[in-house]
Amino acid sequence: MSWVIAIAIIVLGVVLTLIRAMLGPTAADRMVAVDSMTTITTALLVLLALYFKRYIYLDIALVYAVLAFVATLAVARYMEGGL
Amino acid sequence: MLNAIGWFLIYFGAFFLFLGALGIMRFPDVFNRLQAGTKCTTLGALSTSIGVGLLHPAWLPKTFIIALFILLTNPISSHALGRASYRSGVKLWEKSVVDKCKEFKECVEEENE
Amino acid sequence: MGKLSRFIFTSLVLFILWLFLTSTFRSQEVLIGLIFSLAIALFTYNSFTERGLQNLNPRKVFCAFLYLPYLLWQMIKANFDVAYRVLHPKMPIKPGIVHVKTKMKSDLGKLVVANSITLTPGTLTLDVIDDNMLIHWINVKTDDVEKASEEIPGVFEKCLKEFLE
Repeated sequence: MSWVIAIAIIVLGVVLTLIRAMLGPTAADRMVAVDSMTTITTALLVLLALYFKRYIYLDIALVYAVLAFVATLAVARYMEGGL
Repeated sequence: MLNAIGWFLIYFGAFFLFLGALGIMRFPDVFNRLQAGTKCTTLGALSTSIGVGLLHPAWLPKTFIIALFILLTNPISSHALGRASYRSGVKLWEKSVVDKCKEFKECVEEENE
Repeated sequence: MGKLSRFIFTSLVLFILWLFLTSTFRSQEVLIGLIFSLAIALFTYNSFTERGLQNLNPRKVFCAFLYLPYLLWQMIKANFDVAYRVLHPKMPIKPGIVHVKTKMKSDLGKLVVANSITLTPGTLTLDVIDDNMLIHWINVKTDDVEKASEEIPGVFEKCLKEFLE
């Protein structure tokens, strides 16, 4: 039962950032929301690994964190006009 | 005992992750949103993954690596986003107090082009 | 610095990372990790570190271990600060961008100071131009350069100068 509460709180956070990503008046707002969403999703993946009792899911969380970091840097460079 | 600490860390992290998302919803401009987003999600993801590691001590090394990676990279990506959004001409909130960035020509030359 | 010490430091860091990732001590895993960390270090030591084994000076390691709990404590304080501002119905914020001078000379020092500033209560590094830092402050107390330098990076620099410069 305690799973459901922790996961529900985090999913609510993901939904809030998604709403901001849809509303956000400028591109920068959307990117900030997506950047926070990726970090929240990393935590969610770690929790899901515990829920399904699969060690291998932790690798997914790690790779997701790495890819999100690279993607954010690429988009930031693009917005700055250097790409 | 370890179980209790692990659950406490997971709930602590989940609460702050939610608060970060709420901050992104409520704050008025890009930079304030970036503040809430960065701080809350960094600590939240850190304590959630360490908490999972404490519940399953065999997983602790890998969750520690995840936490360390988030601690190192999250401030860098938020810094890149903030700098990019200032240089691409995003305006500050109208009630902001000072803007020293205007004094540096590196910051504003993108807008003049 | 000597190329050898830089090479050894890089492969040591990579090998410890490998041990954490696999989290076993079986001989085949350890052997393959050793081979790959040596091979990768051969190509990347040039851009990975500037000072090599000098980083492992016991005094510096001790300072770094003292610094980490302090940073964690600052992060927790920062989170409660953000929580207060988010949950307060009127949102007591007074944002602005202030200009701060840093005393750190090396690139690594600037990186660590900028990251620490981002994680501490109410401040976010926007730009670093030479030794000027532009900082977004959610609750501006002063817009004077010297006073803001005392207020924001002051404490960190005193800690960090010990083990980075």
